[in-house]
Amino acid sequence: MAKHVNDMTIRLAGEAGQGVESGGAGFAQALSHGGLWLHNFSEYMSRIRGGLNFFQIRVSDHPLWSHTEGVHILVAFSPDAVTDYGPHIVRGGALLFDDTLKFDHDAVTRRGTQLYGMPLAKIAQDIGGNKIMMNTCALGALAGIVEYPFEFVADVIKKNFARKGDEVVQGNLKVAEEGYRVGREKYAAPFDWKVAPLAARPDRMLINGNQALSVGAIAAGCRFMAGYPMTPASSILEFMASHAKKYDIVVKQTEDEIAAICGVIGAGYAGARAMTATSGGGFSLMAEALGLAGMAEVPIVIVEAQRPGPSTGMPTKTEQGDLLFALFASQGEFPRIVLAPGTQEECFHTAVRAFNLAEKWQCPVIIMTDFYLTTMMRPLLPSELPIEKVTIDRGELLTPEELDRLPGPYLRYKDTPTGISPRALPGHAKAVHQACSDEHDEYGHFEDEDSANRLRMAGKRMRKFHNIVEDLRGPTIYGPERAELTLMGWGSSYGAMREAVDLLNARGTRANLLHFVDIWPFPDAKAAPLIEAARELVAVESNQTGQFAHLVRAMTGRRADRLVLRWDGRPMSPEYILTKLEEAKVHA
Amino acid sequence: MLDVKTYNNPIKVTWCPGCGDYGILNAVKSALAQLEIHPHEVLFFSGIGCGSKLPDYMNANAFTTIHGRSLPIAMGAKLANPALHVICITGDGDGYGIGGNHFINILRRNPHIVHIAENNMVYGLTKGQYAPTSERGFVTSTTPEGSIEIAFNPLTTAINGGATMVARGFSGDPKHLAKLIMAAIQHHGYSLVDVLQPCVIYNKVNTYDYYRERVYKLEEAGHDPTNRDAAMARAHEWGEKIPIGIFYQVSGEPTYEDQVPALKAGPVATRPLAPLGAQQADALRREFF
Repeated sequence: MAKHVNDMTIRLAGEAGQGVESGGAGFAQALSHGGLWLHNFSEYMSRIRGGLNFFQIRVSDHPLWSHTEGVHILVAFSPDAVTDYGPHIVRGGALLFDDTLKFDHDAVTRRGTQLYGMPLAKIAQDIGGNKIMMNTCALGALAGIVEYPFEFVADVIKKNFARKGDEVVQGNLKVAEEGYRVGREKYAAPFDWKVAPLAARPDRMLINGNQALSVGAIAAGCRFMAGYPMTPASSILEFMASHAKKYDIVVKQTEDEIAAICGVIGAGYAGARAMTATSGGGFSLMAEALGLAGMAEVPIVIVEAQRPGPSTGMPTKTEQGDLLFALFASQGEFPRIVLAPGTQEECFHTAVRAFNLAEKWQCPVIIMTDFYLTTMMRPLLPSELPIEKVTIDRGELLTPEELDRLPGPYLRYKDTPTGISPRALPGHAKAVHQACSDEHDEYGHFEDEDSANRLRMAGKRMRKFHNIVEDLRGPTIYGPERAELTLMGWGSSYGAMREAVDLLNARGTRANLLHFVDIWPFPDAKAAPLIEAARELVAVESNQTGQFAHLVRAMTGRRADRLVLRWDGRPMSPEYILTKLEEAKVHA
Repeated sequence: MLDVKTYNNPIKVTWCPGCGDYGILNAVKSALAQLEIHPHEVLFFSGIGCGSKLPDYMNANAFTTIHGRSLPIAMGAKLANPALHVICITGDGDGYGIGGNHFINILRRNPHIVHIAENNMVYGLTKGQYAPTSERGFVTSTTPEGSIEIAFNPLTTAINGGATMVARGFSGDPKHLAKLIMAAIQHHGYSLVDVLQPCVIYNKVNTYDYYRERVYKLEEAGHDPTNRDAAMARAHEWGEKIPIGIFYQVSGEPTYEDQVPALKAGPVATRPLAPLGAQQADALRREFF
């Protein structure tokens, strides 16, 4: 009898080019087709070949929100994978490897790990005629060891290799089948963790953060994207480029991030919904132009996929270290909106909202994600990506007919009670106007630094800032009311906090969670009562200084009682939160 | 021909008396009037510098941006709405110095953008420092011993970098300059019009008289602008004789925007926005099953 069914973590690891990502994604699909709930994420190094990459799958019979520490079976394709990730295997877990792989067996078994060596490459060569299928063999073996029905693996092989022709499909099928047979025969009995399909198997998508953001952007009618490749944002540029033709998007890789944001400003000014995506280094280069979008009131969307800094930092690890920079980047004061989705669903909806908010308030909108969220993948029902049902709100955008009827001259920067000046796109005879980075009058002309004009126009812009907050949302609450412990966080740490709250409550500590997606302008009126009501307030963030806690203190006066911070480049996990809380003896 | 006054606006011009920028402003207005391009059909971009104030002194769509960045902003606007005439006004520091990376990259992309560079070989607005185009030995507040660097040659760079039209004008001859600007607007692709523009306050070397003694017109000298080698040779001429006119022009090259699939159905900027239909939405979701 297996001790654990549908509660395990699988990690595939190896060099870039060894099929870790594609193999992992394929296996995840096979599990998803069996109705299982998954939480996947991956790490990759900035190498074309070599290095060390992994793809991790946590599988369960109930919805998952986070990865957890500890791996039950590690499929290692390189010696480094054993050295680096071997210690992550739980006691009694297993290492699956090609039996020609050279590593220190004793070091692994000393930790209580079982060694499952198999002739993966030999099977691939003998049966499929090509060693390249050794990862297919490993996936077959993996399914055999966890006793997951082979038909699910076979279906994914048929689907994923279909475009390479029947010969490749048949070869891979045979190799996988033999891997399955050997794996099951030799190692199913000693392995305590099993995976079984569930009765309910609705069609679910497996989608990561960058994909969900990109789909949201397309759904929102993004018509222009410019970017410069930078990990971990590049896959957004690639996704948009591969969908440009089909969804009428102009996608431009530029000479640098300055040109990227400038292109977006030009396109946004001309009337196209426009965005760029970058990481902290590229965002640093964009800082000056960000202020131009603020001053000239051009709607743009910027995705800032964070990675650990400062400077080049750790390019392929994760962190939430750019929050306060995003809030205050660029000289002077101007309205901007900062949003930080925590899940795939939120990535989709936040992208749509970002374009609407940018056009309504005519200002830059920054979406903060991080490396973890960019690759993190969960299964979603089609109804959870309601692409055709999104609202497109372009704000006060004058139509050609409204411009025709305009009684007087068009004032691009008209001083209004809301601060929003109705926008007209260049190209209409009644809409001839100037936009300007200098302080300007209502027409958009330079003013020679006149005091009264400055007060009027700067006042108009900041009036928007004060009104934007009405469109923003307070934190979501998870867990019981009147908790003795409240976790507070933002962005991608949602899942880890949510599972930590579940664990705390199961252990008898009444805990809940406040999660912020809408961060700036700080939704004070909605957030402050909830924050003030917290008995023991714990800020949970993937950075070194507790940036969000600083912000909350500045905006509400409430100081977090504890900080749970992680800045080793690894994502926040429920266990990490609990360990840090225990260390601080916060809960019983 | 439209009335040149169409492009006038009531804004007070703040350039110094005698500034070379006046000639450029008049030439731009004249070119637009002769080509009958209405103020709403054109979109100006400029950066920061004395010359970048030019669009503010005109009745036309304009976006005065930040130092060095008008080219990529113009590129974004052109790709969003290729139906508009896009004209970029930069200075020499703006266009060739801080914006140098954008300059060399736009050359090889060939968008239909007119790039007018007001080249006075000095920083005027910041009160007299040397510029990328200042000649070696040029004495300024930041080069008290004279500039050590050789001057940047925008014309050879542009021809070499893939520009499909490269011209130089002189702001002391606005009629000739207007003809060059007209040719540039009508050129289907990127065009550089570098303009010799005396700064009467901070450049006591490259003055109106200096240029009047030296400039000659390429079209009167039997130059063939389709000959790239000849264009390079003329672009290297600087000294006793300084050529103005069209150095290089090649026609028939596709523009960047001609080759973007999303623009085949017209400008993306003015296309109505609506949520995707159910079929397109399903197709997008299907990618993730």
